[in-house]
Amino acid sequence: MTGPAKRIRTPLGETGTAGLRSGDLILLSGTVYTARDAAHQRMAERIRRDEPLPFGLAGQVLFYAGPVPAAPGRVIGPIGPTSSYRMDPFTLPLLERGLKGMIGKGNRSPQIVEAMKRCGAVYFAATGGAAALYAGTVKRSVLIAFEDLGPEAVYRLEVEDMPLVVVNDCHGGDLYREGVERYRVQSL
Amino acid sequence: MNIRELPTQTVTDTVARLCVEANFFLGEDVLAKLRDCLEREESPLGKSVLEQVLGNAAAAREKQVAMCQDTGYAVVFLEIGQDVHFTGGGLMESVQEGVRRGYQSGPLRKSVVRDPLRRVNTGDNTPAIVHCEIVPGDRVRLIVAPKGGGSENMSEVKMLPPSAGREGVMDFVADRVRRSGPNPCPPVIVGVGLGGTFEKCAFLAKKSLLRTLGEPHPDPYYAEMESELLERVNALGIGPMGYGGRCTALAVHVEAHPCHIASLPVAVNIQCHAARHKEAVL
Repeated sequence: MTGPAKRIRTPLGETGTAGLRSGDLILLSGTVYTARDAAHQRMAERIRRDEPLPFGLAGQVLFYAGPVPAAPGRVIGPIGPTSSYRMDPFTLPLLERGLKGMIGKGNRSPQIVEAMKRCGAVYFAATGGAAALYAGTVKRSVLIAFEDLGPEAVYRLEVEDMPLVVVNDCHGGDLYREGVERYRVQSL
Repeated sequence: MNIRELPTQTVTDTVARLCVEANFFLGEDVLAKLRDCLEREESPLGKSVLEQVLGNAAAAREKQVAMCQDTGYAVVFLEIGQDVHFTGGGLMESVQEGVRRGYQSGPLRKSVVRDPLRRVNTGDNTPAIVHCEIVPGDRVRLIVAPKGGGSENMSEVKMLPPSAGREGVMDFVADRVRRSGPNPCPPVIVGVGLGGTFEKCAFLAKKSLLRTLGEPHPDPYYAEMESELLERVNALGIGPMGYGGRCTALAVHVEAHPCHIASLPVAVNIQCHAARHKEAVL
């Protein structure tokens, strides 16, 4: 666990995710797409109606985030992860369409953890409540879909060296489980 | 008896300012507790999370931006002296206007939907939740506490039987934190409301989060219960951001109130490490 950070770049291929293990520190660069509750709902509706999604999912990474509006002259406002479990009910069809990475915080459902193993996908956590720092890793931000959703719209971000931790790898590793087992005091 | 006049415009201006300040500037008490945690934390990953959180607070302060992208649902507490007369418009509307302006000017994120099921964003982060209390005197104390959704979602109310007693309450609180795991952005502050009625205990839990961190309950019985609960919660091993570690909570605050002979209501309101509240006295 931990050690020096691994630099990786999106899009992620099968070989890219297979080498990642729970607890790995990551510096992620490349394109990521923001999508949180309402955007997931919209994408699920489109999939149900057999309509195209606003972006291709193959090898891509979703960032569960809704940024603060950018102040004048800034690329983006503060941005950070939201709780991932709320996206679980919508995630299976996205993984089946080639989604390879998700950035959020907090637990995933057992079904999604299983599907990640099957689909070779990885779940990264970003530090919650460190949005002023994460904004600095975003070099470009373009609104690409669902503008009417305000903070829940989909943005295509170009990020550089975004600090992340691998929580669920595609081999069954789970940092949340392993970390708590290491530090839990049994007697209480 | 002298009645003091207070223009509602002053309320609007103050609420707007406090919304922004609460989101930009993490309190010194929280920073001190985070530094304590960094000293004590044994997990390398936990330490690096705490360093990031402290670095982020410094960056937010310096750049004058929000520390977290979830700039919260605005919860406003008003303690209104009974000798105050508000002039120049409705008091409640003046609070809402303050929230509207604060979130626009920040800029802060607008995180409120008009209806819980039909879910269309109101676009200005109103309506705020406003709690009013009438107190003696001719001053108004105003507290703005933006509350993030992630930690609020890990909160719970339970109506225990009186026989559950102190142990039953402690078990419920510790279990609520255990089940929350990494979701509410630990290290958290655990607000516990005890007694009263169903709604009163939830309010007490929320209000307990306004207490300065490090200040124990004035009643030694509850002060002891708070430190025992903190020890139990930190023994869970959840740690910073849930990656495993010694620091799961910065503090546990308990507020108690008389209750019915049949009841032992308990509420747990979880607060993330971005524990934001700012106040002013008008």
